[in-house]
Amino acid sequence: MIEEAPLLRAQNVTRLYGGRVGCRDISFSLWPGEVLGVVGESGSGKTTLLRSLAGFEPPDEGAIHFRHGTEEHDIYALDEASRRAMMRTEWGMVHQNPRDGLRLDVSAGGNIGESLMARGDRHYGKMRARITDWLQRVEIDSSRIDDSPQSFSGGMQQRLQIARVLVAEPRLVFMDEPTGGLDVSVQARLLDLLRVLVRDLHLAAIIVTHDLAVARLLTDRLIVMKDGHIIEEGLTDQILDDPHHAYTQLLTSAVLSA
Amino acid sequence: MYLAVKGGEAAIDATHQLLAETRRGDPTVPEVSVTQIKEQMALLVARVMNEGALYDENLAALALKQAQGDVIEAAFLLRAYRTTLPRFGSSLPLDTTAMAIRRRISATFKDLPGGQVLGSTYDYTHRLFDFALTNSGNEAQAVTAPEPLDAVMPRVLDILGDEGLIEREEPRDSDAIPEDITRDTTTFPAGRAVRLQSLSRGDEGFLLGLAYSVQRGYGHNHPFAGEIRLGEIRVCLTPEELGFEIDIGDITITECQMITQFTGSKAVPPQFTRGYGLVFGHNERKAMSMAVVDRALKAAELGETPTFPAQQQEFVLYHCDNVEAAGFLEHLKLPHYVDFQGELELVRRMRAENSAPTKVETP
Amino acid sequence: MTPASQHDPDYNYAYLDEATKRMLRRCLLKAIAIPGYQVPFASREMPLARGWGTGGIQITAAIIGPADTLKVIDQGADDTTNAVSIRHFFARVTAVATTEETTKASLIQTRHRIPEEPLRDGQILVYQVPLPEPLRKLIPSESETRKIHAWAEYGPIYVRLYEDIAQYGHVTSTYSHPILVNDRYIASPTPIPKFDNPKMHMSPALQLFGAGREKRLYAIPPYTKVKSLDFEDYPFALQRWDEPCALCGSTSSYLDEVIINDANERMFVCSDTHYCETRRAEGHEGPQLAKAQSVRLTGCAP
Repeated sequence: MIEEAPLLRAQNVTRLYGGRVGCRDISFSLWPGEVLGVVGESGSGKTTLLRSLAGFEPPDEGAIHFRHGTEEHDIYALDEASRRAMMRTEWGMVHQNPRDGLRLDVSAGGNIGESLMARGDRHYGKMRARITDWLQRVEIDSSRIDDSPQSFSGGMQQRLQIARVLVAEPRLVFMDEPTGGLDVSVQARLLDLLRVLVRDLHLAAIIVTHDLAVARLLTDRLIVMKDGHIIEEGLTDQILDDPHHAYTQLLTSAVLSA
Repeated sequence: MYLAVKGGEAAIDATHQLLAETRRGDPTVPEVSVTQIKEQMALLVARVMNEGALYDENLAALALKQAQGDVIEAAFLLRAYRTTLPRFGSSLPLDTTAMAIRRRISATFKDLPGGQVLGSTYDYTHRLFDFALTNSGNEAQAVTAPEPLDAVMPRVLDILGDEGLIEREEPRDSDAIPEDITRDTTTFPAGRAVRLQSLSRGDEGFLLGLAYSVQRGYGHNHPFAGEIRLGEIRVCLTPEELGFEIDIGDITITECQMITQFTGSKAVPPQFTRGYGLVFGHNERKAMSMAVVDRALKAAELGETPTFPAQQQEFVLYHCDNVEAAGFLEHLKLPHYVDFQGELELVRRMRAENSAPTKVETP
Repeated sequence: MTPASQHDPDYNYAYLDEATKRMLRRCLLKAIAIPGYQVPFASREMPLARGWGTGGIQITAAIIGPADTLKVIDQGADDTTNAVSIRHFFARVTAVATTEETTKASLIQTRHRIPEEPLRDGQILVYQVPLPEPLRKLIPSESETRKIHAWAEYGPIYVRLYEDIAQYGHVTSTYSHPILVNDRYIASPTPIPKFDNPKMHMSPALQLFGAGREKRLYAIPPYTKVKSLDFEDYPFALQRWDEPCALCGSTSSYLDEVIINDANERMFVCSDTHYCETRRAEGHEGPQLAKAQSVRLTGCAP
């Protein structure tokens, strides 16, 4: 599954907030098809890091490289137009709150279709077929295609957001607490869906979560963050079953006792 | 028909004649003179000069006469005339401490150097009709103060500034030649000079409403009237070909500086912040509204999140110009029957399709 | 029209001062060089109200010269109030010859229509534009729409077309249907009916657009590709009428609906009055010409 060259490389990424550290000196590589989890308590710098990685906020120091074909690009050295083009075609972002990733005044089908139209699709019938297919893949009844997402439950909205991101066939998906704010039963179904989609599509993903159960189910490898730093990293099973750092031990014991 | 397909030219000529007759009104009543308007409707003339963006009391009075007292129409006449005037240059900054004061009040200090000067105002009157004014022949004489006012009166905000309590506002180098909204396109985010110019000629009613919305909580700031001063001030210009300063005349202006508390942000320490208003003639309401809105528009620079209408530059600056707004609103009176024909045809077609048994689906 | 012998001596030729005209010409050159791109310009106050064609008037004032022949139309008609007003204005401040004949005009200022007679090389069509930003109804912020144009991120505007087809089975726009100019910028064709959109494509005439209140100019140079936005399987389609022009019998022109009596009887007549008159003068006769004359529909007067 793991290919020879990394898809994304973070190099000493540091992001400061008015003197406060968002994240400091973060370096790691992500290979095509690999799912990386970033865990830690809230305030540990996970979301800050994710926003920098996904092209939304340039780091104060360090660089983020993305491999496009055989070439590697420093995404913040690119001009804004090229960076945004890559953001549209190469990767996608699943927000914790589906309202941040959807247009609520546009139908469910229009939401998925926008990703296709943004990359240049101009055939209504073919788009319609792809949209229908994607609704089914995220387990939304295709008869809801012309309904407003406002009439959807929270779980359905989140699945719609995932379809909107994945229909554009990105190679990498960023997810920020994708199951946050959902009921436990709904979470389980969503996690199962994500696991299947990520494996089937051979997607690389970076998933930020404070929930170690999510990490265990979805990720191959883990980064544990505390106070903006990486304190431990390794294969998911290894870290969860045999944590070395005291903070990781605390995190894992919290999930075990829960 | 409302709009003759032919014969429009004759109809328009007739309209113009009827307008002139209507404007004159009953010919047995003496015609109002431009001088009378200028002398006895001075506050109205000031408003027209502000919104018309041209300081000329005679032309503003003429505009009011020609427009039958319609303020926006009168301002429009001034603006259209102003376009044809050549631009000689920018005046030197006005020194409002050297103003020949007619009125000067502060709501933040009970007494201050130079004192409170009440001047001429409706503020302390009861709004009761003076029926004597229905008749002509009114004479009025005011008393003269025993002592003359100070020649130079410090501004209240400068006194606070000496203590470092109010934000400093010093011109950047690029302010040497201010932007001119009548000569440059406004781009966003707009600089302070552009904002103040737009507000100064903005619609009084619109700015009043926005300022009021800030006071009622749509803007997160509580303004104090640090100082309002009214009087005559010298305008000077340095023509390029002369190379020295010349006095080109006196104008009447109203200046208002509002003080607003500010708790500080990441970038700026806690201090008082300033809202500034400056308008032609005597118009305190407009100067105060402008100052409150000016402060609200500083939101982004002070690290506040612009949430409310008064804090949003594009909203305020695009919509405060009443000549533009009135033109665009009233253009709805122009024929739109070509577009409407399209809509008519569409609605009919869609109604026909709706009554058809099946909905059109993907081919 | 009889031209005045001399322009109004109280104003500069064509009203605007020469410095302003040069500013406008520089902006127009930029607009022509980047077809469909909205060039900001320092729009002046004109003696006509904002929204009444001040953008078009400024363009015309910047490019008009004594050798020009000017035609002004509003809704396709030469004799509507605002067209008359603008024509009078230019007759007064330039003394150029004016005409109603499309083929004789070197400069045509228009609101909401393109003449039915095809334009030719050397003619200039000046559009009055109320809202130059085709994305404005989707995105209210100017800072944001300028970025979208810069990055050509036009996905959201297609979403509107998609939603129309999904909800109604076809695209519901009837005027102001957005166009893609020279495969790069999406532009507003001003509220011309979509019927006129195809006339913009590869037109031999230079097309200039002025929005005075919004302070933007843009242009479509001669022989430029103009595509009305559509989907491959839902191609751009024009509205059609079931009947010909009641006066001249034309079956290929844009028709306006006219209510002719209290009994709600109506007829459809050419919106382009000059085109309709020319056809009638050539002997074409619509099905209701006689009736129209009897109800004194003013458009039928000789």
